[in-house]
Amino acid sequence: MVTSVTSFSRTGLSDWLIQRVTSIILLAYFILIAYQLLGSVDYTSWESLFEQTWMKVFTLLAALSLAAHSWIGLWSVFTDYLTERMLGPKGNVIRLTCQLWASTALVAYVIWAVVIVWS
Amino acid sequence: MRTISFDAVIVGGGGAGMRAALQLAQSGYKTAVISKVFPTRSHTVSAQGGITCAIASADPDDDWRWHMYDTVKGSDYIGDQDAIEYMCSVGPEAIFELEHMGLPFSRTEEGRIYQRPFGGQSKSFGEGGQAARTCAAADRTGHALLHTLYQNNIKNETVFFNEWFAVDLVKNQDGAVVGVIAICIETGETVYVKSKATVFATGGAGRIYASTTNAHINTGDGMGMALRAGVPAQDMEMWQFHPTGIYGAGTLVTEGCRGEGGYLINKDGERFMERYAPNAKDLAGRDVVARSMVMEILEGRGCGPNGDHVKLKLDHLGEEVLESRLPGICELSRTFAHVDPVKEPIPVVPTCHYMMGGIPTNIHGQALNVDADGNDAVIPGLYACGEAACVSVHGANRLGGNSLLDLVVFGRASGLFIEKSLREGIELRNASQTDIDAANTRLQALNDREKGESVAPLRHELQEIMQNHFGVFRTGDFMREGIAKLASLRERVDSVVLADTSSAFNTSRIECLELQNLFETAEATAIVAEARDESRGAHARDDFTERDDENWLCHSLYHSGGKRVSKRGVNFTPNTVETFQPKARSY
Amino acid sequence: MLNVSLYRYNPETDNAPYMQDFTVDTGDRDLMVLDVLELIKAEYDGSVTYRRSCREGVCGSDGLNMNGKNGLACITPLSESVKGGKLVIRPLPGLPVIRDLVVDMSLFYAQYEKVQPYLQNPTPAPAIERLQSPEERAQLDGLYECILCACCSTSCPSFWWNPDRFVGPAGLLQAYRFLADSRDTATEERLAKLDDPFSVFRCHGIQNCVNVCPKGLNPTKAIGHIRGMLLNRAT
Repeated sequence: MVTSVTSFSRTGLSDWLIQRVTSIILLAYFILIAYQLLGSVDYTSWESLFEQTWMKVFTLLAALSLAAHSWIGLWSVFTDYLTERMLGPKGNVIRLTCQLWASTALVAYVIWAVVIVWS
Repeated sequence: MRTISFDAVIVGGGGAGMRAALQLAQSGYKTAVISKVFPTRSHTVSAQGGITCAIASADPDDDWRWHMYDTVKGSDYIGDQDAIEYMCSVGPEAIFELEHMGLPFSRTEEGRIYQRPFGGQSKSFGEGGQAARTCAAADRTGHALLHTLYQNNIKNETVFFNEWFAVDLVKNQDGAVVGVIAICIETGETVYVKSKATVFATGGAGRIYASTTNAHINTGDGMGMALRAGVPAQDMEMWQFHPTGIYGAGTLVTEGCRGEGGYLINKDGERFMERYAPNAKDLAGRDVVARSMVMEILEGRGCGPNGDHVKLKLDHLGEEVLESRLPGICELSRTFAHVDPVKEPIPVVPTCHYMMGGIPTNIHGQALNVDADGNDAVIPGLYACGEAACVSVHGANRLGGNSLLDLVVFGRASGLFIEKSLREGIELRNASQTDIDAANTRLQALNDREKGESVAPLRHELQEIMQNHFGVFRTGDFMREGIAKLASLRERVDSVVLADTSSAFNTSRIECLELQNLFETAEATAIVAEARDESRGAHARDDFTERDDENWLCHSLYHSGGKRVSKRGVNFTPNTVETFQPKARSY
Repeated sequence: MLNVSLYRYNPETDNAPYMQDFTVDTGDRDLMVLDVLELIKAEYDGSVTYRRSCREGVCGSDGLNMNGKNGLACITPLSESVKGGKLVIRPLPGLPVIRDLVVDMSLFYAQYEKVQPYLQNPTPAPAIERLQSPEERAQLDGLYECILCACCSTSCPSFWWNPDRFVGPAGLLQAYRFLADSRDTATEERLAKLDDPFSVFRCHGIQNCVNVCPKGLNPTKAIGHIRGMLLNRAT
């Protein structure tokens, strides 16, 4: 068993499952948005769409999905390429910096999304 | 030179070596395996058809005594009956152990191990027709067996020195074997591996011939080391030519093909074995089938533009049987013969396959010499098992499927015996620096030599001499010519020079050392083959076409000192069954 | 005549690896790549270093990278590998080179050992064999035939990046070989050891392993089965 403190859920299976479930949520969300955008869209209809609770919940879910999906994806990329094996002794520092940056950004985006949708 | 100490050291990581190692690893004694290749690259991996043993799956009434009868008959009566009795009776236990370790045997509908017919097998002491006694994992039995043994050695945390090459035996002042000199191939470091028990499981030496089913690594390293250390070699004239090596490439096509219903045809499409062996036909002993094939070719009924091979017909078995029972053969045939056996027959020719001879041992794997009175004398510290040893269960001709049984049973037996001996205490005097230096002489000389011939042409010359002068049919004059050629080759082989003197992974150095081992093996073969003036089993002479039980119902022993040949009695006293008396051998 | 470009590196004399060109007389025969290497070693340069044993594709010694594709030199004919009259032979990618075409396979073997590649069944064994139906035994086909040549794992980018943490296709194929064996009882322990983000889940299913396996095996499919078993175990 390979352990890694910085993984999202600490088991490969749940990471893998989250990746797939979130991708379905995101796909559904973007289809909905695309459908709206392809129809006649103006400020009023757009605002009334986002006034509805189900849409607020769905949007928040999509934002959370995007954050989780991105984190798992980026974590994989970072642990592939930004390692001591690939970059030498500095590898771990560089990776942790990038992970800190990515996680901060993702948390910020989620908060921002909450503020926009629920305020 | 650094010294590493073990209770037991096993030279060779094939089936026999790893079975012995497994036994010793489980016993808790400090054991190491020295293998010149990663263990699963050993030649056991190439065994295809199966492992013959009376486990009573195909036939609930099967009896190990019938197997024993077949083996004694197959050996042309110079197999030791006590050893054959031991192998055939202990066999089932050894097979079930392998299955419990995880070996993926093919299965019958009842869930038992699948057994197929092989050459030389019978029921009721030759009276009950063809038996099906060869336990198989498709046609990859050796692969399955070797990997299973390696896996279980991992489980039992055996110490492996992989890609280490044993150079020569170290003997103490009493003449006891107390370990080996070995090179770590990766670094080039030379080490004295000290041990209370040294087991040679170094396999065969098929590479003495130009055309062989054997791997590049089958260079008779154990035989070479033994002969240089004054250990005799037994029955070295007995080389098995497998009937079905792929024409041109030499790769093996299992006897299981004929067991599953395939047969050999000549250029007229005739199933010629019906003429030579009316009862067993294509499933006669391998020596008989190989000779019949050569006869067909010599009499002008061979296939191809040069009429120099025959064909193995399988297409009538149907694609389903071929793909499920013989998938590896289909693959090999397509790769090396450019022939799809589902559609057309495979071109085949008898090809050097197995060394029935080897280091004489008893059933515990203890290496033997003979004293001045002709009695067996155990060589303290040295053991051998598998193809490197001559127990002898194969005598003058090995039956298909018996080599895997031999290596499992006697690898196990050696391990058991060494474990018991270690428990009782083994006291051998330490080797002195002079003893160690003596064992390192050959390597040192090779490293220091600046002038000489390079390895590849010398090896080629050796293989051609053996192929031409000591093949399926042999004659005295021609063999004497071969012996003379070998004599003039010896000095050149002794002074082979390194193409590369570096330390790291120097395969040139290993090839030079292997060449010298090949030469020792070849010379023993040549001299004993000339001496045995009769035809028996795999040893067929044009000038002495009959078996001569009066003079040669015995083992031959070759002594490297003075290149002398002597005789050693065959054991005719099994413990629990009546002796099988020699009679005319027909199939 | 055939142009062969060989990867050369001797740690004792070379600071860096280099490519050496040979013009080899093959007599226009469709030799196997291993035959060409043997020819070069015998007649052109005795210091050329590679591993070989069975020369028939069952021992797994001579896994090499030939014109960009991993395979066994002994069963790869020139007609399949030569492109534009040239053959470029390099060691298997991603593993440390010891010398010339010989790589250090310790990491590869360590991953194999990690999956406990041996049958585990603590129940007392019967006096004969453990019974197994032909259907149960058929589950092992396509798995047990692996020869540990490392062609697959060294063609896998995930194994290149994380050879110490991703088990790799060869190891996972063997992990599944024991998960699939009706005689093995350690399924739960085996799965528990694989359920981390690296061991199995670094496989992204790009199928390089399937593409190069000289025995025609399908590690990606086996990995899919392991994922399925992990999923079933969790639900």
